[in-house]
Amino acid sequence: MTQADTSHLEPGTSRTVTLRVFRGDASGGEFVDYTVEMDEGQVVLDVLHTVQATQAGDLAVRWNCKAGKCGSCSAEVNGKPCLMCMTRMNTLDVSKPISVTPIKTFPLIKDLVTDVSFNYEGAKQIPAFAPRAPDAADGSYRMMQQDIERGQEFRKCIECFLCQDVCHVIRDHPENKPNFLGPRQFVRLAELEMHPLDTADRTEFIREAGGIAYCNITKCCTEVCPESIHITDNAIIPLKERVVDKYYDPFRWIFGKLTGRD
Amino acid sequence: MAEIETHEYDVVVIGAGGAGLRAAIEASALGARTALVCKSLLGKAHTVMAEGGIAAAMGNVYAEDNWQVHFRDTMRGGKMLGNCRMAQIHAQEAPARVHELESWGALFDRTDDGRIQQRAFGGHRYDRLAHVGDRTGLEMIRTLQQHAVQEGIDVYMECTISRLLKDGDRISGAVGYWRESGEYVAFKAKAVVLATGGTGKAFRINSNSWEYTGDGHSLAYWAGAELIDMEFIQFHPTGMVWPPSVRGILVTEGVRGDGGTLTNSDGKRFMFGYISDYFRAETAETEEEADRWYDDKLNNRRTPDLLPRDEVARAIVAEVKAGRGSPHGGVFLDIASRRPADYIKRALPSMYHQFKQLADVDITAAAMEVGPTMHYTMGGVRVEPDTGAATVPGLFAAGECAGGMHGANRLGGNSLSDLLVFGRRAGIGAAEYALGLGSPPALADADVASVTTEMDANFGSDGDENPYTIQSDLQDAMHTLVGIIRTGPEIEEALGKIADLKGRAAKASVTGSKAYNPGWHLAMDLRSLLTVSEAIARSAAERTESRGGHTRDDYQETDPEWGKWNLSLSQNADGSMKLEKTPLLEIPADLAALIEEAG
Ligand SMILES: Cc1cc2nc3c(=O)[nH]c(=O)nc-3n(C[C@H](O)[C@H](O)[C@H](O)COP(=O)(O)OP(=O)(O)OC[C@H]3O[C@@H](n4cnc5c(N)ncnc54)[C@H](O)[C@@H]3O)c2cc1C
Ligand code: SF4
Ligand code: SF4
Ligand code: FES
Repeated sequence: MTQADTSHLEPGTSRTVTLRVFRGDASGGEFVDYTVEMDEGQVVLDVLHTVQATQAGDLAVRWNCKAGKCGSCSAEVNGKPCLMCMTRMNTLDVSKPISVTPIKTFPLIKDLVTDVSFNYEGAKQIPAFAPRAPDAADGSYRMMQQDIERGQEFRKCIECFLCQDVCHVIRDHPENKPNFLGPRQFVRLAELEMHPLDTADRTEFIREAGGIAYCNITKCCTEVCPESIHITDNAIIPLKERVVDKYYDPFRWIFGKLTGRD
Repeated sequence: MAEIETHEYDVVVIGAGGAGLRAAIEASALGARTALVCKSLLGKAHTVMAEGGIAAAMGNVYAEDNWQVHFRDTMRGGKMLGNCRMAQIHAQEAPARVHELESWGALFDRTDDGRIQQRAFGGHRYDRLAHVGDRTGLEMIRTLQQHAVQEGIDVYMECTISRLLKDGDRISGAVGYWRESGEYVAFKAKAVVLATGGTGKAFRINSNSWEYTGDGHSLAYWAGAELIDMEFIQFHPTGMVWPPSVRGILVTEGVRGDGGTLTNSDGKRFMFGYISDYFRAETAETEEEADRWYDDKLNNRRTPDLLPRDEVARAIVAEVKAGRGSPHGGVFLDIASRRPADYIKRALPSMYHQFKQLADVDITAAAMEVGPTMHYTMGGVRVEPDTGAATVPGLFAAGECAGGMHGANRLGGNSLSDLLVFGRRAGIGAAEYALGLGSPPALADADVASVTTEMDANFGSDGDENPYTIQSDLQDAMHTLVGIIRTGPEIEEALGKIADLKGRAAKASVTGSKAYNPGWHLAMDLRSLLTVSEAIARSAAERTESRGGHTRDDYQETDPEWGKWNLSLSQNADGSMKLEKTPLLEIPADLAALIEEAG
């Protein structure tokens, strides 16, 4: 355990807080307490940066935007999966040490950094976007705002992979990983399937490779999404319906695709 | 020397933001074996943070818009110091590049007749920015990323390049390290495209991420290439100022484009008092005209709230200095009293959440507090406008790390379009060069070894300097001495401090192992950070005038004589910096006529 000397602090000018950070790698690790000063308005990531700059230069943590836009800084704070750059210290009980651990579902690399390649590999498998021909000679398309709104909701995804982290199908059962792409990729698949310009059919892929049947609609993914994407209601359930429709009722499915009334 | 992991490609693109992704897509499509290398995970580059939009004269909102007007706005916004050929190519090709994104899956906001919606922005005559609410960068990077993945381009993520190597005078590859393991890696390449972004981490208050340490600028400079216009730094007028932990985080210009105004502590729209002669003819003089302009751009002139960024940033500094600032040392940006709450939430959802979550401010009910933040580096690698070729054979650059396109000041929205237009062109340039090369260049083992030795030295140093403290001291020096308003003596003082900091950086100590060690990574980044800081300061000292993103308190006038020159930097044989005045690309009569036309 490392302890900072905070005796030089004037009372009232700033307050100290203790972060109990997981330090270690694939071979094992331990919690280390860091007590540092904290400024008004700070988020967990700010305090970690103070730890890095003053006590543990080698503390591994990912971040880029510090504004909830890039999805790099996912971790579990007091056991709760979140973006550390959007988690204000004043929402936590700082009278006790605050635990900061890496997201659990992915293999640990070091400290708060995990190997998220599962998600990048999943993305590679998804059958590509296949647009119809442009509507005008300059290569442009005509689409109405109301027709793209759902797609825009899905495209808000910042790939923080928190939904993947909390999904019990892979969190509690890593053996499912080869057969299940996870909620993030269902959002991507739903986006492609509902894209007004797309002409491909991914239903079979969603059922087979995607493993959508593993999902039993617990909605944990929706609850954790920092972009408030309605992952289960707007993406997963419609995809499940498509799969069921195609599987059991191909006529209804083809009718739907042809008329856009699916 | 132990064998290090080595890969061989025709084209290696360093940087996976908009410019790098677009370059890699093009090079790969032309048949060049292409690799894409980046410091962060794929999709996390700076481009993801862009908010307001992509400037492209598609004419969807105002049919009067066309490339000629966009060209004119860009050149004037850059205070006539930009490369006119680049500005021309950019304005001409941006619409096709935006349409291309749509054909790759992007979903931009729409007009009522189903075209791509366009928004008003500073310095642009007409509504010109294609956007998705205020998360345009996310849409752009995700679209390019997904397209690149679909094309099967090899991506090396969390891999940092430390040096470029040459065979004789031409590029032969690059050497770097895997952040995860700390292992070294070499790329043997016929051509290298730099697309590494900016230098924001040299300044205390900035809107940039840890990645912005000027690596591409430095890699090019160390390899013998020229940098230009390094004195021009864009301070975006509206960064968050409170609470301290968010200071510098960007507030998109889209807030003003969509109706927000800047006010001081007296509640006055102070920008009307800061209209320079240069922009007087095209700027509204009364609040009434300014307010009409939002809905009718043909018969009214632009609100001064949307003057180019350098003008607005200086005005804010002046207001604060005169004691008319906001409680935390900024000014007010008010959209709450001007637009309905549901409109604000729909047009600016990220801003709404950003303020609500990080500052406890509801922007639909209260004004924001804002102040200038270091945002963009105008200067960069000198390139051929048509191909993106740098002055070293085999080296190309595009995006924020390339220079010339934006002159002394960049217009908002002109970066994302720049990435697409010149990313693609650099991809073509590099692929054609690589595929046309007879014998492939050789990567000398000894050269590779000298780079790995240097990286080891940073790790093994037994000094007692903390790299984080060095970076912090540098940020303070640059911010206070080479910031928005500069003077000769202060810049000299900064140069002294930079020299000092170089000495300290050599003694930076690193704890822990080589595996995912941010302290070590920073110790290595300090080399490029200090190099670009020196480049900025030297250029700023030399230019004895004020223009765009370079304001000298001791030389307040814009000097027509200086308007004929770029400042160009290269490395002397002894490692010192050589600064030269090089003549601006002369503007052909037909383009010049576009600028003189109707004010
Ligand atoms: C908050 C914010 C909002 C903005 N909004 C807008 C806007 O609305 N419109 C607009 O036009 N512009 C906007 N800009 C500016 C614009 O986003 C950037 O200028 C642009 O995205 C830069 O793109 P790039 O491709 O040049 O570099 P980046 O997107 O920054 O990518 C740089 C890449 O280089 C990699 N890299 C760097 N160094 C190395 C190295 N040594 N080795 C390997 N890889 C390396 C990084 O990992 C990264 O992948 C905004 C900027 C910010 C910060
Ligand atoms: S709803 Fe489905 S995908 Fe989402 S967390 Fe639950 S099981 Fe996983
Ligand atoms: S869907 Fe939401 S939780 Fe999942 S990766 Fe995207 S932003 Fe994160
Ligand atoms: S740092 Fe980008 S989301 Fe947290």
